[in-house]
Amino acid sequence: MIKVRGLSYKAGSKKLLDNLSFDAHKGELLAILGANGAGKSTLMKLLCREIKPAAGTILINQKELDNYRLEDLAKTRAVLSQHNTLSISFQVKELVLMGRYPHFQQKPTAADFGIVNQVMEETGITHLASRDYNTLSGGEQQRVQLARVIAQIYDSPNACLLLDEPTNGLDLQYQQQIMVLARSLADRGYCVICILHDINFASRFADRIMMLKNGKKVAEGLPIEVINCENIHETFSIKVKLMECEGYNCPLVVPATILK
Amino acid sequence: MLTIVLILTMVISSCVGAVHISFSELLSILAYHTGLSDHQNFEAQQAAVFLNLRLPRVLLGVLIGAALGVSGAAIQGLFRNPLAEPGLIGISSGATLFAVVMIVLETKIFKELTGLVGFYALSLASFIGAGLTTMLVYRIAMRNGKTIITTLLLGGIAINALAGAFVGLLTYMATDAQLRNITFWSLGSLGGASWPTVTALLPFVLIPVFALPFLAKSLNALALGEAQAMHMGVNVKVVKRLIIALATMAVGASVAVAGIIAFIGLIIPHILRMTFTADHRLVIPGAALLGAALLTLADLIARTVVAPAELPIGILTAMIGAPVFIYIIITERNKNNP
Repeated sequence: MIKVRGLSYKAGSKKLLDNLSFDAHKGELLAILGANGAGKSTLMKLLCREIKPAAGTILINQKELDNYRLEDLAKTRAVLSQHNTLSISFQVKELVLMGRYPHFQQKPTAADFGIVNQVMEETGITHLASRDYNTLSGGEQQRVQLARVIAQIYDSPNACLLLDEPTNGLDLQYQQQIMVLARSLADRGYCVICILHDINFASRFADRIMMLKNGKKVAEGLPIEVINCENIHETFSIKVKLMECEGYNCPLVVPATILK
Repeated sequence: MLTIVLILTMVISSCVGAVHISFSELLSILAYHTGLSDHQNFEAQQAAVFLNLRLPRVLLGVLIGAALGVSGAAIQGLFRNPLAEPGLIGISSGATLFAVVMIVLETKIFKELTGLVGFYALSLASFIGAGLTTMLVYRIAMRNGKTIITTLLLGGIAINALAGAFVGLLTYMATDAQLRNITFWSLGSLGGASWPTVTALLPFVLIPVFALPFLAKSLNALALGEAQAMHMGVNVKVVKRLIIALATMAVGASVAVAGIIAFIGLIIPHILRMTFTADHRLVIPGAALLGAALLTLADLIARTVVAPAELPIGILTAMIGAPVFIYIIITERNKNNP
Protein backbone atom coordinates (compact mmCIF):
# COMPACT_ATOMS: atom_id res chain seq x y z
CA MET A 1 0.00 0.00 0.00
CA ILE A 2 2.37 2.67 1.25
CA LYS A 3 6.03 2.08 0.64
CA VAL A 4 8.55 4.56 1.98
CA ARG A 5 12.21 4.31 1.01
CA GLY A 6 15.16 6.41 2.13
CA LEU A 7 13.02 9.35 3.12
CA SER A 8 14.88 12.44 4.36
CA TYR A 9 13.78 15.97 5.08
CA LYS A 10 15.83 18.93 6.21
CA ALA A 11 14.86 22.23 7.75
CA GLY A 12 17.91 24.41 7.36
CA SER A 13 20.83 22.22 8.34
CA LYS A 14 18.78 20.14 10.77
CA LYS A 15 17.71 16.74 9.57
CA LEU A 16 14.11 16.23 10.65
CA LEU A 17 13.88 12.87 8.94
CA ASP A 18 16.91 10.79 8.17
CA ASN A 19 16.81 7.98 5.63
CA LEU A 20 13.57 6.45 6.85
CA SER A 21 12.12 3.35 5.22
CA PHE A 22 9.01 1.40 6.11
CA ASP A 23 5.89 -0.20 4.69
CA ALA A 24 2.26 0.01 5.66
CA HIS A 25 -0.08 -2.64 4.33
CA LYS A 26 -3.69 -2.97 3.36
CA GLY A 27 -5.95 -3.79 6.29
CA GLU A 28 -3.31 -2.75 8.77
CA LEU A 29 -3.19 -0.09 11.45
CA LEU A 30 0.36 1.19 11.80
CA ALA A 31 0.93 3.36 14.86
CA ILE A 32 3.79 5.82 14.92
CA LEU A 33 5.21 6.70 18.31
CA GLY A 34 7.84 9.23 19.21
CA ALA A 35 8.69 12.11 21.48
CA ASN A 36 7.93 15.68 20.47
CA GLY A 37 10.25 16.71 17.67
CA ALA A 38 11.00 13.13 16.65
CA GLY A 39 9.80 13.82 13.13
CA LYS A 40 6.30 12.34 13.33
CA SER A 41 4.52 15.42 12.04
CA THR A 42 7.14 15.95 9.34
CA LEU A 43 6.59 12.38 8.22
CA MET A 44 2.84 12.98 8.15
CA LYS A 45 3.25 16.12 6.06
CA LEU A 46 5.48 14.27 3.62
CA LEU A 47 2.96 11.44 3.33
CA CYS A 48 0.21 14.00 2.62
CA ARG A 49 2.39 15.73 0.00
CA GLU A 50 2.17 18.97 1.95
CA ILE A 51 5.94 19.22 1.75
CA LYS A 52 8.43 17.62 -0.58
CA PRO A 53 11.20 15.32 0.67
CA ALA A 54 14.88 16.21 0.31
CA ALA A 55 15.53 12.62 -0.69
CA GLY A 56 13.71 9.31 -0.92
CA THR A 57 10.47 8.07 -2.38
CA ILE A 58 6.91 7.47 -1.21
CA LEU A 59 4.81 5.02 -3.18
CA ILE A 60 1.07 4.66 -2.71
CA ASN A 61 -0.30 1.60 -4.47
CA GLN A 62 2.95 1.29 -6.42
CA LYS A 63 2.60 4.80 -7.80
CA GLU A 64 4.85 7.62 -6.76
CA LEU A 65 3.15 10.22 -4.64
CA ASP A 66 4.33 13.05 -6.88
CA ASN A 67 2.80 11.47 -9.96
CA TYR A 68 -0.74 11.60 -8.63
CA ARG A 69 -3.10 14.29 -9.77
CA LEU A 70 -4.44 16.07 -6.69
CA GLU A 71 -8.00 14.91 -7.36
CA ASP A 72 -6.91 11.30 -7.74
CA LEU A 73 -4.76 11.50 -4.65
CA ALA A 74 -7.78 12.76 -2.73
CA LYS A 75 -9.65 9.60 -3.71
CA THR A 76 -6.72 7.42 -2.65
CA ARG A 77 -5.80 8.86 0.68
CA ALA A 78 -7.62 10.91 3.27
CA VAL A 79 -6.02 12.89 6.07
CA LEU A 80 -7.23 13.83 9.50
CA SER A 81 -5.03 16.72 10.58
CA GLN A 82 -4.23 17.68 14.11
CA HIS A 83 -5.74 21.13 14.09
CA ASN A 84 -9.17 21.42 12.61
CA THR A 85 -10.65 24.86 12.89
CA LEU A 86 -13.50 25.99 10.74
CA SER A 87 -13.52 29.64 9.72
CA ILE A 88 -17.16 29.67 8.71
CA SER A 89 -19.95 27.87 10.52
CA PHE A 90 -21.05 24.84 8.58
CA GLN A 91 -23.64 22.30 9.59
CA VAL A 92 -22.32 18.86 10.45
CA LYS A 93 -23.91 17.22 7.41
CA GLU A 94 -22.48 19.90 5.11
CA LEU A 95 -19.05 19.29 6.56
CA VAL A 96 -19.29 15.53 6.12
CA LEU A 97 -20.44 16.10 2.54
CA MET A 98 -17.17 17.96 1.92
CA GLY A 99 -15.50 14.57 2.11
CA ARG A 100 -17.31 13.75 -1.12
CA TYR A 101 -16.00 16.85 -2.94
CA PRO A 102 -13.33 14.98 -4.88
CA HIS A 103 -16.06 12.70 -6.23
CA PHE A 104 -18.51 15.12 -7.79
CA GLN A 105 -18.26 18.27 -9.87
CA GLN A 106 -20.99 20.76 -9.01
CA LYS A 107 -23.87 18.74 -7.62
CA PRO A 108 -23.56 15.79 -5.24
CA THR A 109 -25.22 12.60 -6.49
CA ALA A 110 -27.72 10.49 -4.56
CA ALA A 111 -24.86 8.08 -3.92
CA ASP A 112 -22.84 10.85 -2.28
CA PHE A 113 -25.70 11.71 0.06
CA GLY A 114 -26.16 7.99 0.76
CA ILE A 115 -22.52 7.69 1.80
CA VAL A 116 -22.77 10.80 3.98
CA ASN A 117 -25.74 9.33 5.85
CA GLN A 118 -24.07 5.94 6.12
CA VAL A 119 -20.86 7.41 7.53
CA MET A 120 -22.72 9.61 10.00
CA GLU A 121 -24.57 6.50 11.16
CA GLU A 122 -21.37 4.51 11.57
CA THR A 123 -19.58 7.24 13.46
CA GLY A 124 -22.60 7.89 15.66
CA ILE A 125 -23.14 11.51 14.71
CA THR A 126 -26.50 11.27 12.95
CA HIS A 127 -28.17 13.13 15.81
CA LEU A 128 -25.77 16.03 15.23
CA ALA A 129 -26.46 16.28 11.47
CA SER A 130 -28.10 19.70 11.56
CA ARG A 131 -25.96 21.20 14.32
CA ASP A 132 -23.54 24.05 13.73
CA TYR A 133 -20.03 22.54 13.81
CA ASN A 134 -18.61 25.35 15.92
CA THR A 135 -21.12 24.69 18.72
CA LEU A 136 -19.99 21.08 19.21
CA SER A 137 -17.66 19.83 21.92
CA GLY A 138 -14.08 18.94 21.01
CA GLY A 139 -14.86 15.24 21.02
CA GLU A 140 -17.90 15.63 18.83
CA GLN A 141 -15.95 17.85 16.43
CA GLN A 142 -13.25 15.24 16.09
CA ARG A 143 -15.79 12.55 15.31
CA VAL A 144 -17.37 14.80 12.67
CA GLN A 145 -13.96 15.43 11.09
CA LEU A 146 -13.26 11.72 11.11
CA ALA A 147 -16.63 11.13 9.44
CA ARG A 148 -15.69 13.65 6.73
CA VAL A 149 -12.39 11.89 6.17
CA ILE A 150 -14.05 8.45 6.02
CA ALA A 151 -16.63 9.77 3.54
CA GLN A 152 -13.78 10.83 1.29
CA ILE A 153 -12.52 7.26 0.80
CA TYR A 154 -15.69 5.33 1.64
CA ASP A 155 -16.01 3.77 -1.80
CA SER A 156 -12.27 3.40 -2.46
CA PRO A 157 -11.37 0.06 -0.87
CA ASN A 158 -7.65 0.45 -1.59
CA ALA A 159 -7.33 3.83 0.05
CA CYS A 160 -5.11 4.94 2.91
CA LEU A 161 -6.05 6.93 5.94
CA LEU A 162 -3.55 9.18 7.68
CA LEU A 163 -4.48 10.19 11.22
CA ASP A 164 -2.34 12.78 13.00
CA GLU A 165 -2.81 12.39 16.75
CA PRO A 166 -6.55 11.79 16.41
CA THR A 167 -7.11 11.44 20.15
CA ASN A 168 -5.37 14.67 21.12
CA GLY A 169 -7.27 16.71 23.67
CA LEU A 170 -10.15 14.26 23.97
CA ASP A 171 -11.45 12.61 27.12
CA LEU A 172 -11.06 8.87 27.63
CA GLN A 173 -14.43 7.94 26.20
CA TYR A 174 -13.88 9.86 22.97
CA GLN A 175 -10.30 8.62 22.68
CA GLN A 176 -11.65 5.10 22.88
CA GLN A 177 -14.39 5.78 20.33
CA ILE A 178 -11.96 7.28 17.83
CA MET A 179 -9.52 4.39 18.18
CA VAL A 180 -12.29 1.78 17.86
CA LEU A 181 -13.33 3.52 14.64
CA ALA A 182 -9.76 3.61 13.35
CA ARG A 183 -9.42 -0.08 14.17
CA SER A 184 -12.64 -0.96 12.36
CA LEU A 185 -11.46 0.94 9.28
CA ALA A 186 -8.28 -1.10 9.18
CA ASP A 187 -10.34 -4.26 9.58
CA ARG A 188 -12.45 -3.17 6.65
CA GLY A 189 -9.34 -3.17 4.47
CA TYR A 190 -7.98 0.36 4.59
CA CYS A 191 -4.37 1.06 5.30
CA VAL A 192 -4.39 3.24 8.40
CA ILE A 193 -1.34 5.15 9.62
CA CYS A 194 -1.87 6.82 12.95
CA ILE A 195 0.40 9.05 15.01
CA LEU A 196 -0.23 8.43 18.70
CA HIS A 197 1.16 9.61 21.99
CA ASP A 198 -0.32 6.94 24.19
CA ILE A 199 1.82 3.81 24.08
CA ASN A 200 -0.92 1.65 25.59
CA PHE A 201 -3.44 2.79 23.03
CA ALA A 202 -0.95 1.97 20.31
CA SER A 203 -0.28 -1.52 21.58
CA ARG A 204 -3.98 -2.12 22.14
CA PHE A 205 -5.25 -1.05 18.72
CA ALA A 206 -2.36 -1.17 16.25
CA ASP A 207 -1.21 -4.14 14.22
CA ARG A 208 2.30 -2.80 14.12
CA ILE A 209 4.17 0.01 15.81
CA MET A 210 7.03 2.16 14.54
CA MET A 211 9.03 4.28 16.97
CA LEU A 212 10.92 7.35 15.85
CA LYS A 213 13.65 9.41 17.43
CA ASN A 214 15.46 12.34 15.85
CA GLY A 215 14.08 11.42 12.45
CA LYS A 216 15.37 7.86 12.66
CA LYS A 217 13.59 4.61 13.25
CA VAL A 218 14.19 3.12 16.70
CA ALA A 219 12.04 0.05 16.28
CA GLU A 220 9.34 -1.38 14.08
CA GLY A 221 7.24 -4.47 14.51
CA LEU A 222 4.34 -6.12 16.30
CA PRO A 223 3.44 -4.42 19.60
CA ILE A 224 4.62 -7.43 21.57
CA GLU A 225 8.01 -7.23 19.81
CA VAL A 226 8.71 -3.54 20.17
CA ILE A 227 7.10 -2.57 23.46
CA ASN A 228 9.93 -3.07 25.91
CA CYS A 229 11.75 -0.90 28.41
CA GLU A 230 14.82 -0.41 26.21
CA ASN A 231 12.93 0.82 23.14
CA ILE A 232 10.76 3.14 25.17
CA HIS A 233 13.73 4.54 27.02
CA GLU A 234 15.50 5.05 23.73
CA THR A 235 12.48 6.77 22.17
CA PHE A 236 11.12 8.87 25.00
CA SER A 237 14.10 9.05 27.40
CA ILE A 238 11.96 7.85 30.29
CA LYS A 239 12.15 4.82 32.53
CA VAL A 240 9.07 2.63 32.48
CA LYS A 241 7.77 -0.57 33.98
CA LEU A 242 5.87 -3.17 32.03
CA MET A 243 2.81 -4.75 33.62
CA GLU A 244 1.14 -7.85 32.35
CA CYS A 245 -2.59 -7.41 32.23
CA GLU A 246 -5.27 -9.99 31.76
CA GLY A 247 -6.97 -9.80 28.37
CA TYR A 248 -4.15 -7.86 26.76
CA ASN A 249 -1.57 -9.66 24.70
CA CYS A 250 0.90 -6.85 25.19
CA PRO A 251 2.11 -5.56 28.56
CA LEU A 252 0.93 -2.16 29.78
CA VAL A 253 3.49 0.58 30.13
CA VAL A 254 3.58 2.65 33.31
CA PRO A 255 6.15 5.20 34.53
CA ALA A 256 8.81 3.63 36.69
CA THR A 257 9.59 6.58 38.93
CA ILE A 258 7.00 8.32 40.99
CA LEU A 259 7.87 11.79 42.15
CA LYS A 260 7.11 12.61 45.73
CA MET B 1 -36.93 33.66 -3.47
CA LEU B 2 -34.03 36.10 -3.65
CA THR B 3 -34.68 36.46 -7.37
CA ILE B 4 -38.22 37.61 -6.60
CA VAL B 5 -36.90 40.08 -4.02
CA LEU B 6 -34.47 41.43 -6.59
CA ILE B 7 -37.09 41.84 -9.33
CA LEU B 8 -39.44 43.50 -6.87
CA THR B 9 -36.85 46.06 -5.76
CA MET B 10 -35.92 46.71 -9.38
CA VAL B 11 -39.54 47.44 -10.26
CA ILE B 12 -40.12 49.67 -7.23
CA SER B 13 -36.87 51.47 -7.84
CA SER B 14 -37.79 52.05 -11.46
CA CYS B 15 -41.13 53.55 -10.54
CA VAL B 16 -40.24 55.85 -7.66
CA GLY B 17 -38.51 59.16 -8.17
CA ALA B 18 -38.99 62.76 -9.19
CA VAL B 19 -41.05 61.61 -12.14
CA HIS B 20 -43.48 59.02 -10.88
CA ILE B 21 -44.21 55.99 -13.02
CA SER B 22 -46.98 53.59 -12.03
CA PHE B 23 -46.57 49.85 -12.38
CA SER B 24 -49.01 49.63 -15.29
CA GLU B 25 -47.25 52.49 -17.03
CA LEU B 26 -43.94 50.71 -16.52
CA LEU B 27 -45.35 47.56 -18.10
CA SER B 28 -46.70 49.58 -20.96
CA ILE B 29 -43.33 51.27 -21.57
CA LEU B 30 -41.61 47.90 -21.58
CA ALA B 31 -44.21 46.33 -23.85
CA TYR B 32 -44.12 49.28 -26.25
CA HIS B 33 -40.35 49.38 -26.55
CA THR B 34 -39.94 45.65 -26.92
CA GLY B 35 -42.57 45.69 -29.65
CA LEU B 36 -45.05 43.54 -27.77
CA SER B 37 -47.73 46.21 -27.88
CA ASP B 38 -48.28 49.40 -29.84
CA HIS B 39 -50.50 51.00 -27.21
CA GLN B 40 -48.81 54.00 -25.68
CA ASN B 41 -50.36 54.00 -22.22
CA PHE B 42 -47.82 56.45 -20.78
CA GLU B 43 -46.42 59.93 -21.23
CA ALA B 44 -43.38 60.47 -23.42
CA GLN B 45 -41.56 62.15 -20.54
CA GLN B 46 -42.05 59.07 -18.37
CA ALA B 47 -40.59 56.84 -21.04
CA ALA B 48 -37.62 59.17 -21.51
CA VAL B 49 -36.91 59.28 -17.79
CA PHE B 50 -37.27 55.55 -17.48
CA LEU B 51 -35.09 54.62 -20.44
CA ASN B 52 -32.36 57.24 -20.13
CA LEU B 53 -32.12 57.83 -16.39
CA ARG B 54 -33.90 55.32 -14.25
CA LEU B 55 -33.21 52.05 -16.03
CA PRO B 56 -29.44 52.56 -16.37
CA ARG B 57 -29.31 53.64 -12.75
CA VAL B 58 -31.22 50.61 -11.53
CA LEU B 59 -29.08 48.33 -13.68
CA LEU B 60 -25.93 49.97 -12.34
CA GLY B 61 -27.14 49.37 -8.79
CA VAL B 62 -27.86 45.75 -9.65
CA LEU B 63 -24.45 45.21 -11.22
CA ILE B 64 -22.46 46.92 -8.48
CA GLY B 65 -24.49 45.28 -5.71
CA ALA B 66 -23.92 41.89 -7.28
CA ALA B 67 -20.22 42.60 -7.77
CA LEU B 68 -19.71 43.73 -4.18
CA GLY B 69 -21.74 40.87 -2.72
CA VAL B 70 -19.96 38.19 -4.69
CA SER B 71 -16.47 39.55 -4.21
CA GLY B 72 -17.08 40.00 -0.48
CA ALA B 73 -18.20 36.38 -0.15
CA ALA B 74 -15.25 35.13 -2.19
CA ILE B 75 -12.67 37.19 -0.31
CA GLN B 76 -14.05 36.11 3.07
CA GLY B 77 -13.80 32.52 1.91
CA LEU B 78 -10.28 33.00 0.60
CA PHE B 79 -8.93 34.71 3.69
CA ARG B 80 -10.88 32.37 5.97
CA ASN B 81 -12.41 35.21 7.90
CA PRO B 82 -15.95 36.60 7.89
CA LEU B 83 -14.53 40.07 8.59
CA ALA B 84 -12.40 40.30 5.46
CA GLU B 85 -13.93 42.80 3.09
CA PRO B 86 -12.53 44.50 -0.01
CA GLY B 87 -12.77 47.88 1.72
CA LEU B 88 -11.22 46.78 4.99
CA ILE B 89 -8.20 45.04 3.53
CA GLY B 90 -7.37 47.95 1.25
CA ILE B 91 -8.44 46.64 -2.14
CA SER B 92 -11.02 49.36 -2.70
CA SER B 93 -8.72 52.18 -1.67
CA GLY B 94 -5.99 50.79 -3.92
CA ALA B 95 -8.46 50.91 -6.78
CA THR B 96 -9.50 54.44 -5.78
CA LEU B 97 -5.91 55.65 -5.66
CA PHE B 98 -5.29 54.40 -9.17
CA ALA B 99 -8.47 55.99 -10.45
CA VAL B 100 -7.69 59.31 -8.78
CA VAL B 101 -4.14 59.28 -10.11
CA MET B 102 -5.60 58.76 -13.55
CA ILE B 103 -8.07 61.62 -13.19
CA VAL B 104 -5.75 64.18 -11.65
CA LEU B 105 -2.56 63.54 -13.49
CA GLU B 106 -4.41 62.95 -16.74
CA THR B 107 -1.45 60.97 -17.77
CA LYS B 108 -0.58 60.33 -21.36
CA ILE B 109 -1.02 56.62 -20.85
CA PHE B 110 -4.52 57.13 -19.57
CA LYS B 111 -5.44 59.28 -22.54
CA GLU B 112 -4.08 56.69 -24.91
CA LEU B 113 -5.91 54.00 -22.96
CA THR B 114 -9.14 55.97 -23.20
CA GLY B 115 -8.63 56.30 -26.93
CA LEU B 116 -8.05 52.59 -27.14
CA VAL B 117 -10.81 51.12 -25.00
CA GLY B 118 -13.04 54.12 -24.35
CA PHE B 119 -15.21 53.75 -21.30
CA TYR B 120 -13.36 50.68 -20.10
CA ALA B 121 -10.23 52.74 -19.35
CA LEU B 122 -11.17 53.82 -15.82
CA SER B 123 -12.45 50.34 -14.95
CA LEU B 124 -9.23 48.90 -16.21
CA ALA B 125 -7.11 51.38 -14.24
CA SER B 126 -8.89 50.66 -10.97
CA PHE B 127 -8.86 46.92 -11.69
CA ILE B 128 -5.08 47.16 -11.97
CA GLY B 129 -5.01 49.20 -8.75
CA ALA B 130 -7.19 46.63 -6.99
CA GLY B 131 -5.10 43.78 -8.33
CA LEU B 132 -1.80 45.32 -7.25
CA THR B 133 -3.08 46.11 -3.77
CA THR B 134 -4.48 42.61 -3.33
CA MET B 135 -1.13 41.14 -4.28
CA LEU B 136 0.61 43.53 -1.90
CA VAL B 137 -1.76 42.78 1.01
CA TYR B 138 -1.49 39.13 0.22
CA ARG B 139 2.31 39.25 0.18
CA ILE B 140 2.24 41.04 3.54
CA ALA B 141 -0.18 38.55 5.08
CA MET B 142 1.36 35.37 3.68
CA ARG B 143 3.89 33.33 5.54
CA ASN B 144 4.97 29.83 4.62
CA GLY B 145 2.01 29.55 2.31
CA LYS B 146 -0.49 30.49 4.99
CA THR B 147 -2.47 33.66 5.49
CA ILE B 148 -2.12 35.35 8.84
CA ILE B 149 -5.41 37.12 9.36
CA THR B 150 -4.27 39.73 11.88
CA THR B 151 -1.43 40.77 9.62
CA LEU B 152 -3.86 40.89 6.74
CA LEU B 153 -6.24 43.25 8.49
CA LEU B 154 -3.40 45.40 9.82
CA GLY B 155 -1.87 45.48 6.35
CA GLY B 156 -5.26 46.61 5.08
CA ILE B 157 -5.34 49.46 7.60
CA ALA B 158 -1.86 50.54 6.55
CA ILE B 159 -2.73 50.46 2.88
CA ASN B 160 -5.97 52.33 3.47
CA ALA B 161 -4.01 55.02 5.31
CA LEU B 162 -1.34 55.19 2.65
CA ALA B 163 -3.81 55.33 -0.24
CA GLY B 164 -5.85 57.92 1.68
CA ALA B 165 -2.75 60.06 2.17
CA PHE B 166 -1.88 59.95 -1.51
CA VAL B 167 -5.43 60.74 -2.52
CA GLY B 168 -5.31 63.67 -0.07
CA LEU B 169 -2.06 64.83 -1.61
CA LEU B 170 -3.54 64.63 -5.07
CA THR B 171 -6.51 66.79 -4.07
CA TYR B 172 -4.07 69.70 -3.62
CA MET B 173 -2.97 69.29 -7.18
CA ALA B 174 -6.48 68.87 -8.52
CA THR B 175 -8.54 71.50 -10.33
CA ASP B 176 -12.05 72.29 -9.11
CA ALA B 177 -13.69 69.95 -11.57
CA GLN B 178 -11.28 67.19 -10.70
CA LEU B 179 -11.89 67.81 -7.02
CA ARG B 180 -15.61 67.24 -7.44
CA ASN B 181 -14.81 63.95 -9.14
CA ILE B 182 -12.54 62.92 -6.28
CA THR B 183 -15.14 63.74 -3.63
CA PHE B 184 -17.42 61.43 -5.50
CA TRP B 185 -14.87 58.62 -5.22
CA SER B 186 -14.52 58.90 -1.51
CA LEU B 187 -18.25 58.76 -0.78
CA GLY B 188 -19.56 56.50 -3.47
CA SER B 189 -22.56 57.25 -5.60
CA LEU B 190 -24.55 55.77 -8.42
CA GLY B 191 -25.17 59.28 -9.77
CA GLY B 192 -22.90 58.68 -12.73
CA ALA B 193 -25.28 56.14 -14.16
CA SER B 194 -25.70 56.12 -17.92
CA TRP B 195 -25.79 53.46 -20.59
CA PRO B 196 -22.04 53.77 -21.31
CA THR B 197 -21.14 53.23 -17.62
CA VAL B 198 -23.46 50.23 -17.48
CA THR B 199 -21.84 48.67 -20.53
CA ALA B 200 -18.38 49.55 -19.22
CA LEU B 201 -19.14 47.68 -16.02
CA LEU B 202 -21.04 44.73 -17.48
CA PRO B 203 -18.20 42.33 -18.41
CA PHE B 204 -16.27 43.05 -15.20
CA VAL B 205 -19.28 41.97 -13.18
CA LEU B 206 -20.72 39.17 -15.29
CA ILE B 207 -17.46 37.23 -15.51
CA PRO B 208 -16.93 37.01 -11.72
CA VAL B 209 -20.62 36.46 -10.98
CA PHE B 210 -20.79 33.49 -13.31
CA ALA B 211 -17.28 32.14 -12.74
CA LEU B 212 -17.07 32.28 -8.94
CA PRO B 213 -19.83 29.71 -8.29
CA PHE B 214 -17.57 27.14 -9.97
CA LEU B 215 -15.05 27.77 -7.20
CA ALA B 216 -17.67 27.43 -4.44
CA LYS B 217 -16.66 23.88 -3.54
CA SER B 218 -13.03 24.90 -3.21
CA LEU B 219 -14.03 27.87 -1.06
CA ASN B 220 -15.93 25.54 1.26
CA ALA B 221 -12.92 23.27 1.51
CA LEU B 222 -10.69 26.28 2.24
CA ALA B 223 -12.83 27.02 5.31
CA LEU B 224 -11.21 23.95 6.84
CA GLY B 225 -7.72 25.24 6.14
CA GLU B 226 -5.37 25.29 3.20
CA ALA B 227 -3.68 22.00 4.03
CA GLN B 228 -7.05 20.31 4.55
CA ALA B 229 -8.34 21.69 1.24
CA MET B 230 -5.25 20.30 -0.45
CA HIS B 231 -5.91 16.90 1.16
CA MET B 232 -9.35 17.02 -0.41
CA GLY B 233 -7.90 17.50 -3.86
CA VAL B 234 -8.16 21.27 -4.17
CA ASN B 235 -5.31 22.89 -6.05
CA VAL B 236 -5.03 25.66 -3.51
CA LYS B 237 -2.51 27.77 -5.41
CA VAL B 238 -4.53 27.95 -8.62
CA VAL B 239 -7.83 28.43 -6.80
CA LYS B 240 -6.44 31.32 -4.76
CA ARG B 241 -5.13 33.11 -7.83
CA LEU B 242 -8.44 32.69 -9.62
CA ILE B 243 -10.41 34.00 -6.66
CA ILE B 244 -8.14 37.02 -6.30
CA ALA B 245 -8.36 37.82 -10.00
CA LEU B 246 -12.13 37.49 -10.16
CA ALA B 247 -12.86 39.32 -6.92
CA THR B 248 -10.55 42.24 -7.70
CA MET B 249 -12.02 42.46 -11.17
CA ALA B 250 -15.46 43.01 -9.68
CA VAL B 251 -14.27 45.37 -6.94
CA GLY B 252 -12.03 47.40 -9.24
CA ALA B 253 -14.71 47.97 -11.84
CA SER B 254 -17.34 48.97 -9.29
CA VAL B 255 -14.96 51.41 -7.66
CA ALA B 256 -14.22 52.90 -11.07
CA VAL B 257 -17.89 53.51 -11.70
CA ALA B 258 -19.33 54.29 -8.29
CA GLY B 259 -16.46 54.92 -5.89
CA ILE B 260 -16.13 53.09 -2.59
CA ILE B 261 -19.42 51.71 -1.35
CA ALA B 262 -18.47 50.18 1.94
CA PHE B 263 -19.84 47.25 3.91
CA ILE B 264 -22.06 45.70 1.21
CA GLY B 265 -19.42 43.01 0.71
CA LEU B 266 -19.41 42.43 4.45
CA ILE B 267 -23.06 42.31 5.42
CA ILE B 268 -24.55 40.52 2.40
CA PRO B 269 -22.66 37.23 2.81
CA HIS B 270 -23.18 37.49 6.55
CA ILE B 271 -26.97 37.78 6.23
CA LEU B 272 -27.00 34.77 3.91
CA ARG B 273 -24.86 32.68 6.23
CA MET B 274 -27.04 33.57 9.20
CA THR B 275 -30.37 32.88 7.53
CA PHE B 276 -29.65 30.05 5.12
CA THR B 277 -26.32 28.27 5.04
CA ALA B 278 -22.60 28.90 4.96
CA ASP B 279 -22.28 26.71 1.86
CA HIS B 280 -20.60 28.83 -0.81
CA ARG B 281 -22.49 26.96 -3.48
CA LEU B 282 -25.51 28.94 -2.27
CA VAL B 283 -23.82 31.95 -0.69
CA ILE B 284 -22.05 33.07 -3.90
CA PRO B 285 -25.08 33.23 -6.20
CA GLY B 286 -27.18 34.38 -3.26
CA ALA B 287 -24.77 37.22 -2.55
CA ALA B 288 -25.08 38.35 -6.16
CA LEU B 289 -28.89 38.50 -5.92
CA LEU B 290 -29.17 39.94 -2.42
CA GLY B 291 -26.33 42.39 -3.00
CA ALA B 292 -28.06 43.62 -6.15
CA ALA B 293 -31.40 43.96 -4.36
CA LEU B 294 -29.99 45.70 -1.31
CA LEU B 295 -27.90 48.19 -3.24
CA THR B 296 -30.77 49.05 -5.55
CA LEU B 297 -32.93 49.64 -2.50
CA ALA B 298 -30.24 51.68 -0.77
CA ASP B 299 -29.86 53.79 -3.90
CA LEU B 300 -33.61 54.32 -4.04
CA ILE B 301 -33.48 55.67 -0.50
CA ALA B 302 -30.34 57.69 -1.22
CA ARG B 303 -31.91 59.54 -4.12
CA THR B 304 -35.40 60.06 -2.66
CA VAL B 305 -34.95 60.75 1.05
CA VAL B 306 -33.49 64.25 0.68
CA ALA B 307 -34.96 64.95 -2.80
CA PRO B 308 -34.27 66.98 -4.87
CA ALA B 309 -30.75 66.61 -3.46
CA GLU B 310 -29.09 63.22 -3.31
CA LEU B 311 -27.39 61.43 -0.45
CA PRO B 312 -24.12 59.69 -1.35
CA ILE B 313 -24.97 56.01 -1.13
CA GLY B 314 -21.71 55.27 0.69
CA ILE B 315 -23.02 57.19 3.69
CA LEU B 316 -26.13 55.05 3.75
CA THR B 317 -24.36 51.69 3.42
CA ALA B 318 -21.87 52.69 6.12
CA MET B 319 -24.70 53.67 8.45
CA ILE B 320 -26.31 50.25 8.01
CA GLY B 321 -23.10 48.31 7.59
CA ALA B 322 -20.93 49.59 10.41
CA PRO B 323 -23.31 48.52 13.20
CA VAL B 324 -23.62 45.09 11.58
CA PHE B 325 -19.83 44.97 11.46
CA ILE B 326 -19.62 45.70 15.18
CA TYR B 327 -22.25 43.05 15.82
CA ILE B 328 -20.22 40.46 13.89
CA ILE B 329 -17.07 41.37 15.82
CA ILE B 330 -18.90 40.85 19.10
CA THR B 331 -20.43 37.50 18.10
CA GLU B 332 -17.04 36.34 16.82
CA ARG B 333 -15.46 37.35 20.10
CA ASN B 334 -18.10 35.51 22.12
CA LYS B 335 -17.71 32.44 19.95
CA ASN B 336 -13.97 32.33 20.44
CA ASN B 337 -14.00 32.96 24.19
CA PRO B 338 -17.25 31.64 25.57
